[in-house]
Amino acid sequence: MSLADPDMVPAPRQIPDRLASPAAKLLKSWESLLLLVAVAVFILNSFASPYFLDAWSLSDATFNFTEKAMIAFAMALLIIAGEIDLSVASIIALCSTAMGVVMQMGGGTGALVFTGLAVGLSCGAFNGLLVTRLGLPSIVVTIGTMSLFRGISYIVLGDGAFRGYPEGFAWFGQGYVFWVITVEMVIFTLLAIVFGVVLHKTNFGRQVYAIGNNSTAALFSGIRVQRVKMILFLLTGLMSGLAAVCLTSRLGSTRPSIASGMELEVVTMVVLGGVSILGGSGSIPGVVIAAILMGLVTFGLGLLNVPGIVMSIFIGLMLIGVIAVPRLFKMARGK
Amino acid sequence: MAEASPEPVLELSGIVKTFPGTRALDGVRLELYPGEVTALIGENGAGKSTIVKCLTGIYQPDEGEIRLDGTALRFPTPQAAAAAGVTAIHQETVLFDDLTVAENIFLGHAPRTRFGLIDKGEMRRKAAAILKGIGAEIDPDVLLKDLGIASKHLVAISRALSIDARVVIMDEPTAALSHKEIEELYELVDELKRQGKAILFISHKFDEIFRISDRYTVFRDGQFVGAGRMAETTEADLVRMMVGRSVEQIYPKRAPRIGGEVLRVAGYSHPTEFEDIGFSLRQGEILGFYGLVGAGRSEFMQALIGLTKPSKGVVKMGDKVLAIRSPAEAIEAGIVYVPEDRGKQGAITQLPIFQNVTLPSLAQTSRNGFLRMAEEFKLARDYTQRLDLRAASLDTPVGALSGGNQQKVVIAKWLATKPKVIILDEPTKGIDIGSKAAVHDFMSELAGEGLSVIMVSSEIPEILGMSDRVIVMREGRIAAELEGDALTPETLVRHAAGISAAEAA
Repeated sequence: MSLADPDMVPAPRQIPDRLASPAAKLLKSWESLLLLVAVAVFILNSFASPYFLDAWSLSDATFNFTEKAMIAFAMALLIIAGEIDLSVASIIALCSTAMGVVMQMGGGTGALVFTGLAVGLSCGAFNGLLVTRLGLPSIVVTIGTMSLFRGISYIVLGDGAFRGYPEGFAWFGQGYVFWVITVEMVIFTLLAIVFGVVLHKTNFGRQVYAIGNNSTAALFSGIRVQRVKMILFLLTGLMSGLAAVCLTSRLGSTRPSIASGMELEVVTMVVLGGVSILGGSGSIPGVVIAAILMGLVTFGLGLLNVPGIVMSIFIGLMLIGVIAVPRLFKMARGK
Repeated sequence: MAEASPEPVLELSGIVKTFPGTRALDGVRLELYPGEVTALIGENGAGKSTIVKCLTGIYQPDEGEIRLDGTALRFPTPQAAAAAGVTAIHQETVLFDDLTVAENIFLGHAPRTRFGLIDKGEMRRKAAAILKGIGAEIDPDVLLKDLGIASKHLVAISRALSIDARVVIMDEPTAALSHKEIEELYELVDELKRQGKAILFISHKFDEIFRISDRYTVFRDGQFVGAGRMAETTEADLVRMMVGRSVEQIYPKRAPRIGGEVLRVAGYSHPTEFEDIGFSLRQGEILGFYGLVGAGRSEFMQALIGLTKPSKGVVKMGDKVLAIRSPAEAIEAGIVYVPEDRGKQGAITQLPIFQNVTLPSLAQTSRNGFLRMAEEFKLARDYTQRLDLRAASLDTPVGALSGGNQQKVVIAKWLATKPKVIILDEPTKGIDIGSKAAVHDFMSELAGEGLSVIMVSSEIPEILGMSDRVIVMREGRIAAELEGDALTPETLVRHAAGISAAEAA
């Protein structure tokens, strides 16, 4: 008696691979909605200010999101895997401070970049070890390290600041690769591609989704859950280090308050991009569009001379709005 | 139906409910009569849970009619269903641990004082009266979390009585109960019948169905197949209606071709869970692990695949001593474990079928760490087809499947790793007869192909029907190893319960 017994099974059914084509799914996706909103904001901006539709001012606008987005890509993976890192802005402060120290010791551009990345990576390792080895919840660990890392910067710098970074170092945050294309924009684009490929096209990315949806089943399935999480914390630290290099280079100075509050903007970017804060779903294209959208809104409001406080109110409303609108539609249709 | 019978209390006809890709209910009907128990019978995926959800206002049927006492009505919300007197007692009933028994019984419809406040005294009195009425000795002031599972069921039933339910739906109410508790539940069902309530009883266990039901209704693949009086049918007829074919024997006969030793475990111990476990497993063999719940069988298996650390012991595969520290290493060594808890440990229910199947085999389907979708679909198709999976597409989330089909995905997922040893922990728990037979057939087919199977099971017929050899565990130790004529229900129970042969003799 086997499964192929014709009396038992009506006929060997062929289960189709997919019902809806990937293209049809894409049309109805969160990313498409976001893109629509981004286009609308772009058009609104171009009507609102005569200075908006200019290659150079658009190029300037990208600085509003490129550094945050570098971190947001890694953060997206971390949040999809069900963890979070709230210490990223403080990692920037610590990296920047360390670079300042190296600069004062006479370090050149190479040494500065290396310091920034290495300190970022070490901070990520510290967070990751506490979470994966001791099994502590990442939200608590990184709230702790958020104070810790920035605290060290304050001890080193006090009220002071590091200034006088070497000229070559300015290239990262102020340089242009070609015409209006900034170095940061190129880094952003390359990272978007790399993270997109890693998350959507590799075994590692698949494991990230599996862990975020059900880490127990992922473990039973032979996924080295703690190792994957450790890698994600390291990546987030490294990306914070890279953001610190770019930001420090752009500002040309280090104060202990550098990048303060940026962790929430990064998380906002990730969530706006459609990544579930509970883990398990989201995409890199979504985060890319969210980054551009946030940059456009901030820049548009800036052109209209809207003060920073109002801007943050606007960003907050946008986040709640974009998340609530689909839910409202669903409720209306359910009636 | 020709017999003279009372008018049905509740009558469903032509109910259609579709979900994307599947027609869960396709014009089914169902009648419930006062003072009678109607058993709803069908395989997993036949539409039983869907109709319960339509009846309790959780789903809205796309077509069809619900009539209560002859009047057509709709249940747009669970509250509307409750107000109409339809109540359900689920496998895991929704009650509140931190409220008292009386509060649980009267939540949402508590008696009020003149000032609109909850009349606690009156509530307690009424709760006590209801509990007494069903013969439950439960203090209404006790917090629910301090009660056992059986008592919680009694509270759920009391709640059903308190809202003066006319229709009581019992969805696998005995799944978590002991024998004694099940007997008490039967008495309670009799009491509910005397009170004239119409009862819909859903169960996979035929002895139960024959014990307490007056009528039956059978669904298959979302369609109505038949209904009638229990007295006029037989188990064989019902099974035939359920599966659309006759099942002469549930356990496949096979002539095992047992080869050389594949796995040897010696002196395996854990500080608290198990002690000195040792056995040998041969190629093509099905080795049963029997024991009471808590005997340490699952704990041992999970240590074997590296989920927990044993304190000492040796595992040998052929001549190679294995030091498995994680499930990933177990899979590499060719030992896989299909866990008991499908939803939490087995499947990732939010992810599509094909991604679940390929998750432990990504190294196989990918190239240089990059996914290859075509390979994934191929692997998933190969293995799910062998198990006769029913699904709309391989892109469907596993959570949308019935329990039996979820189990097929989970087993397919592990087989796709091409293991040498497969450990199945309660492989057919909570799945319907059809899926059960498919799993059993498949197990013997696998053993026939030379795979070694370890089957942890608490069901004696399954252990006896499937195993070549059985290890009985009790309190973390091996109590006996049985084979051939020594393998009887009595010896199994005796060793599992710790009644020694000397005592019994």
